[in-house]
Amino acid sequence: MANPFDLFDIESQLSEEERAVRDSVRAFVTDRVLPIIGDAYVEGRFPKELIPGLAELGVFGANLPEEYGCAGLNNVSYGLIMQELERGDSGIRSFASVQGALVMYPIYAFGSEEQKRHYLPKMAAGEIIGCFGLTEPDYGSNPAGMITRAREQGDGSWILNGAKMWITNGSTAQVAIIWAKTDEDQSSIRGFVVPTNTPGFSAKNQKGKLSLRASDTSELVLQDVHVPADAILPKSGGLKSPLMCLTQARYGISWGALGAALACYEEALSYGKNRVMFGKPIAQFQLQQARLTEMVTEIVKGQLLVLHLGRLKDAGTFTPQQVSLAKRNNVHVACEVAREARRLLGGNGILAEYGAMRHMENLESVYTYEGTHDIHTLIVGQAVTGLSAFE
Amino acid sequence: MKIAVCIKRVPDMDVRFQIAADGASVDENGLKFDINDFDSWAVEAALQIKDKDPATEVVVISLGPDVVQETIRKALSMGADRGVQLKTDKIPFDSIAIATALAAELRDGGYDLILFGKQSADSSNGVVGAATGELLGMPVVTAISKLELNGATGTAKRDIEGGQEFVDFPLPAVLTVDQGLNAARYPSLKGIMAAKKKPLESKPAQLGATSVTVSSMALPPERAAGRIIGEGVAAVPELVRLLQTEAKVL
Repeated sequence: MANPFDLFDIESQLSEEERAVRDSVRAFVTDRVLPIIGDAYVEGRFPKELIPGLAELGVFGANLPEEYGCAGLNNVSYGLIMQELERGDSGIRSFASVQGALVMYPIYAFGSEEQKRHYLPKMAAGEIIGCFGLTEPDYGSNPAGMITRAREQGDGSWILNGAKMWITNGSTAQVAIIWAKTDEDQSSIRGFVVPTNTPGFSAKNQKGKLSLRASDTSELVLQDVHVPADAILPKSGGLKSPLMCLTQARYGISWGALGAALACYEEALSYGKNRVMFGKPIAQFQLQQARLTEMVTEIVKGQLLVLHLGRLKDAGTFTPQQVSLAKRNNVHVACEVAREARRLLGGNGILAEYGAMRHMENLESVYTYEGTHDIHTLIVGQAVTGLSAFE
Repeated sequence: MKIAVCIKRVPDMDVRFQIAADGASVDENGLKFDINDFDSWAVEAALQIKDKDPATEVVVISLGPDVVQETIRKALSMGADRGVQLKTDKIPFDSIAIATALAAELRDGGYDLILFGKQSADSSNGVVGAATGELLGMPVVTAISKLELNGATGTAKRDIEGGQEFVDFPLPAVLTVDQGLNAARYPSLKGIMAAKKKPLESKPAQLGATSVTVSSMALPPERAAGRIIGEGVAAVPELVRLLQTEAKVL
């Protein structure tokens, strides 16, 4: 019988090292995340107790160089890590995405050598947790309009004022990358490394989420937050800088979403083969086979897409437009797979004991964050028409 | 301190096995392979000794075709120092033949401690560790679930029927590891990168004469379908009668 989890022998396209990375993270998620995640989700709690284990495994900033305490993996391995983490829960993957792609990456790409040496090894070790402050209450899809301002003082230090919203890890973090305008236009946007215990900095957990419940989502307020001159990321400049970070994170999401989809498909397949109705397993009914076929088809297509994207990224030739297409497609696919899996599970599908509905709810956030599905539609639209729908 | 850990590559047991065309082996198509669980705990035991005394060298040895190099590299990615493949076309069933090859490799290695899993998940003979110790003329303690070393001696705990047994032994010694000794660490991502650069030597296995072979394999018989003989209290006399006369369990 064919392997239902690898119909296209994609396994053969991975190196031994890539498979070893995936299998190690998968074992961790199976042993440590899956037994607790259902309860954490219902309780609305980010399981902080996983941080030391994830750090020991080496998932934070795993594609950054070894000289900064990171694993120095290629981008396909990094993608596989995101896939396996999100097989557990989108909230766990989001935590790792923010830590690695949105905080460690900008420090690596735009930071001074001192900033890199100070922060990256401690962040890889999970001793410092970070968050990324770009989005504001009134500026989500249009970050160029941000209100947060950084005013340079006579001695070269900075005073920051503003508010950020939807900030993953906001209340957990010891350090925040805050994006602020230093002048009126978007080319004046710079990144600042702000310790969250700086006077004037406050974070408030956002209540009432029906999605990503096992994740810390917070609102940040900066009121006359005074930071020294060396808090600025010296090589950051303009809106392009935070967008480069988002491209890194979106790349990981395009893999991660498939992890959630795989978890739902696996659960649906197992349930369908074991659940007997009308005297036979429900997976024998044409309606459920159509569901499963649709799921596996879209998963295989998505896997081939991100594997190729990862190879392009490793070759240094990938483009943000390709990342938009992959994020848009794979998150959409994952949403559909999760919903169909939940339906195949019947009444049991609404229970936290099963993963499908949790993934389904989570993926609505993933669909909306890191560039909404609609914004990615317009990015790809602009790429193929040469005409911008934003102007 | 110098420690050898002998490990075996075995199929993942959570699958439905098929018998290969030769009728005497398992069809390996579609099977996923990994380090034998008991062996991973043996590796962990060695690494915990190394954690306390970083001067410890941990050598991982596996017998089999080239695919066992992947299993050796997993142990290297957990933190072992170097690996040795004793190359054969396939892993023989005959435990003494395997023990002979391992003893030949281990004899002049200067090892203070030689660790095995207590048995393999696939053939489950539980012989190789003890037989290797016998061939080397070393003391053997099997199925240990706790280990303490004190210089030139050690104490191991064995879980026996209805109790525990504490066994003292001198070094060098051969120990086989049972469940409960530890939980194996996950290969860290840095460890996986580092494993690529660690030495892995491949040499022909000096297998002993094979006197035991598998002649045929069979799947367990399908369980017959259950039978409903009635409902409620009325069915009890018939159930009792069948348990006595047919199942013969009462």
